[in-house]
Amino acid sequence: MPKVVLSGTAVRRFTGGQTELEVKATTFRRLVLELDQRFPGLGRQVEDGMAIAIDGTIYQDAYNAPLGAESEIYLIPRIAGG
Amino acid sequence: MSRTHVSAVINGEPTDFLCEPQQTLLDVLRDELNLTGSKEGCGSGDCGACSVILDGRLVCSCLMLGVEAEGHTIQTIEGLATGSTLHPVQQKFLEHAALQCGFCTPGLLVATKALLDRNPNPTETEARYWLAGNLCRCTGYDKVIRAVMDAAAVMRGEKSA
Amino acid sequence: MTFIEKKSKLKVVGTRPIRPDGVEKVTGRAAFGADLAMPGMVFGKVKRSPHAHAKILSIKTEKAQALKGVLAIATTADFPNIPSEEAFVGEGPVNFRDLSRNCMARDKALYDGHAVAAVAATSEAIANAALDLIEVEYQVLPHVIDVEAAMAPDAPLLHDDLFTQGVDPKPTKPSNVAKRVHFELGDVKAGFREAEVLVEGTYATQPVHQAYIEPHACVASWNADGQSHVWTSSQGQFMVRAYCAKLLAMPIANLRVTPAEIGGGFGGKTLVYLEPVALVLSRKAGRPVKMVMSREEEFRGTGPTSGAVVEVKLGAKKDGRITAAQAVLKYQAGAFPGSPIGPGCMTGFAMYDLKNVDITGYDVVSNRPKVAAYRAPGAPIASFAVESAMDELARKLGMDPIALREKNAARDGTKAAYGPTLKDIGYVETLEAAKNHPHYKTKLGPNQGRGVASGFWFNIGGESSAAVHITEDGTVAVVSGNPDIGGSRASLAMMAAEVLGIPVERVRPVVGDTSSIGYSFMTGGSRVTFATGMATVQAAENVVEQLKKRAAMIWEISADAVEWRDGKAYPAGSNAGDFEPLSLEAIAAKSAKTGGPIGSEISINAQGAGPGFGTHICDVEVDKETGYVKILRYTAVQDVGRAIHPSYVEGQVQGGVAQGIGWALNEEYVYDAKGRLENPGFLDYRVPVASDLPMIEAVLVEVPNPKHPFGARGVGEVPIVPPMAAVANAIRDAIGIRMPSLPMSPPKLRAAIDKAAK
Repeated sequence: MPKVVLSGTAVRRFTGGQTELEVKATTFRRLVLELDQRFPGLGRQVEDGMAIAIDGTIYQDAYNAPLGAESEIYLIPRIAGG
Repeated sequence: MSRTHVSAVINGEPTDFLCEPQQTLLDVLRDELNLTGSKEGCGSGDCGACSVILDGRLVCSCLMLGVEAEGHTIQTIEGLATGSTLHPVQQKFLEHAALQCGFCTPGLLVATKALLDRNPNPTETEARYWLAGNLCRCTGYDKVIRAVMDAAAVMRGEKSA
Repeated sequence: MTFIEKKSKLKVVGTRPIRPDGVEKVTGRAAFGADLAMPGMVFGKVKRSPHAHAKILSIKTEKAQALKGVLAIATTADFPNIPSEEAFVGEGPVNFRDLSRNCMARDKALYDGHAVAAVAATSEAIANAALDLIEVEYQVLPHVIDVEAAMAPDAPLLHDDLFTQGVDPKPTKPSNVAKRVHFELGDVKAGFREAEVLVEGTYATQPVHQAYIEPHACVASWNADGQSHVWTSSQGQFMVRAYCAKLLAMPIANLRVTPAEIGGGFGGKTLVYLEPVALVLSRKAGRPVKMVMSREEEFRGTGPTSGAVVEVKLGAKKDGRITAAQAVLKYQAGAFPGSPIGPGCMTGFAMYDLKNVDITGYDVVSNRPKVAAYRAPGAPIASFAVESAMDELARKLGMDPIALREKNAARDGTKAAYGPTLKDIGYVETLEAAKNHPHYKTKLGPNQGRGVASGFWFNIGGESSAAVHITEDGTVAVVSGNPDIGGSRASLAMMAAEVLGIPVERVRPVVGDTSSIGYSFMTGGSRVTFATGMATVQAAENVVEQLKKRAAMIWEISADAVEWRDGKAYPAGSNAGDFEPLSLEAIAAKSAKTGGPIGSEISINAQGAGPGFGTHICDVEVDKETGYVKILRYTAVQDVGRAIHPSYVEGQVQGGVAQGIGWALNEEYVYDAKGRLENPGFLDYRVPVASDLPMIEAVLVEVPNPKHPFGARGVGEVPIVPPMAAVANAIRDAIGIRMPSLPMSPPKLRAAIDKAAK
């Protein structure tokens, strides 16, 4: 099952400090739904305020981004620019 | 507010306009004469985006009143090209990619023309100090100075355009 | 769609054609924000708070309204009361309630320059006179500006409903600390125990403004049925549309936003200030309203970046391997939460392969303008601190600064300090190129010194739309949704020309308004050449498929028997038939008969933007009598993936370096005891001028980004990240004094030199 690491703190308040989670989800969309189910409010926070890095590639707003069972998955704060 | 009738020669053409006492020459060029090529970047003579040539002298048009133009000759960016033929400084700015956003470019081009009219063979240092009154935030001035030196060489006849 | 051609096979990409919008710009014809006039247009001006922190008790507008020529007055009463809502529709999390209150203060003025009312009148002079007639009653409150002062427990509070996020347990008392973030990797305590050498330092920076030469300017026209048109100088016409629609509670499709040419942005034009106000004034006046900021308003009323305090601690083995890295960053957010503390924390150590890292960051509000993005937001500040500390570490170890960085460099497969693995990166290549550059070997004289620093920026992708249309004579129109702030329009035309196999002069790009092209996320984040380039390439490829089909139709063969090469359709092999090649012009001429207009519009959400790295070398000479620092020589090496138009890539590097040098040496916001800005103009806010700088050598290293069809990665932001530390390290080398606080202006150098002499 994919393992997801929450980087940075803003979302840890939802998980009671837990930063590594095993999830069943196989896409980013399903991840958001699963996280919201387990930790109410977290899904929205992740969807709106974070980016996901899967095996080093950063995705922002990509529901279909696939989460492989062995993928390295990090949720990091959204990045913008100037 | 009563308006004054002013006659001047702008880009080689006799031009008449009406303006209020507090309007700067820059206001007049942009708002009365639709010559919007000269830009306002600061309104206080610090950025050079409003540069024009007055009787052969480089000035900030935001520091001059419209009424003061009476009887004078003014050249703006719109008068730099000859018809559809670009002035060598314009051409070199394009070739050297000496502009990015292009907002400071009219002022820089007018200032460069004023420099080369006065000193056809400036050193890099002389060019940099002359143009110190034209702020550019995009280019870091590198390609601008290269374009100026290249245009000077073309205008001296040392190389073909 | 990955096809990274070997560079030698590319005909257009990598060359340096004259930009298609160039002639307009050098003749003064290009239309910027303030250049538009609409029939019946009137003029809007903003009244601004003269107090850094005050309750607004009342606003009386009768006298102003009575002035002949005044058509409308707007205050907070004219804006919907938006509930607090965090959304990510733009650069960083946007709270629309805060944005609304920033455009027009609600019950408090939170900084000197905060908009409190606005007037529309038949002339600018009358509008200005009317401002003086608006009577605002303030109850002045104690203010706080400095970041650490704002964090103190007894600091004046800006918002009584702001509770620090990211702290456990959740605080019960409000604070000026909006958020605490924390990143960690490994075990930093163990790492420090392992260390044989330690370096610690505290670094401080002042707020600096993007200082684009073109002030904010717009014209807004509200029609009686609510449909509106806004012409504006902005980094994102779709952002302006979305934000105005949100702030004014109007349907998005009712608003059409046309992007003017933009005279610089650098992040400072990625949000709205004037547009919602202009729309409200237009609605009330029944006329189009033009609003242009003065330079003073730009400094007082728009967002500079954060001032900050950063503490860094590094531990390393004697051979240079860093065993632990720790940082605490405190960033000013200005009047409302939202400093770039997240990216600041993530970028500081991003160049290095570290096992033990601990980074804490604080987003702190204080009574100065709300922070707006500024080129690689958050990163230059963090890198100033980290790269200065790295320099101290190199000295303590007796190691060459480039060698120290090579020893710890992030490479392909390194886990970044903020988590994910870095892939297809070119940091080491920039170190190599810097090390081998002739600059690094030249000798220095007395009071001269050399500094090295590195930098990183993520770069982003995002939503982009582009269209490629074949005209009836076979020339090509390309439309994109992104304002061109650095030559991107030229690059898009080049990429389309490359795919179509035709000369770039036959491809003419324009930037469309919000109704003429699909949605595009704003120009920023170093994303346009990458993401909008990707959309353009896909559109061009679709067009090539259509062209092949049309040729097939003309030849009456199957479409898969047609090849496209060098701008022509060819039968694929002799079996397909003996046909003369068909040029784009020939196919275009027959397009009506073969199915209709040939074109393609693509909208994507581009992923896979590759990060960028830079390594800079700076030589300075310090005049110890005056404290003046002269930049003698500057070389900036950067991994750019692939330079689509090398001149504009070099331009981005040179421009970023110049801004970084200004940030390092002279730029700062100076406040008086009452919290009012003392230097809101270019005379006393000193940006670099032509005589301050030498030529800036931009060395472009190309490690292609496999996620882009031509290997491009974003380039615009990385170059502003290293310069402050590069200059500080050079000063340290020149006169043996570490300057931990920016700007390193002559009075501060003099004070430091005097102190060292004692």
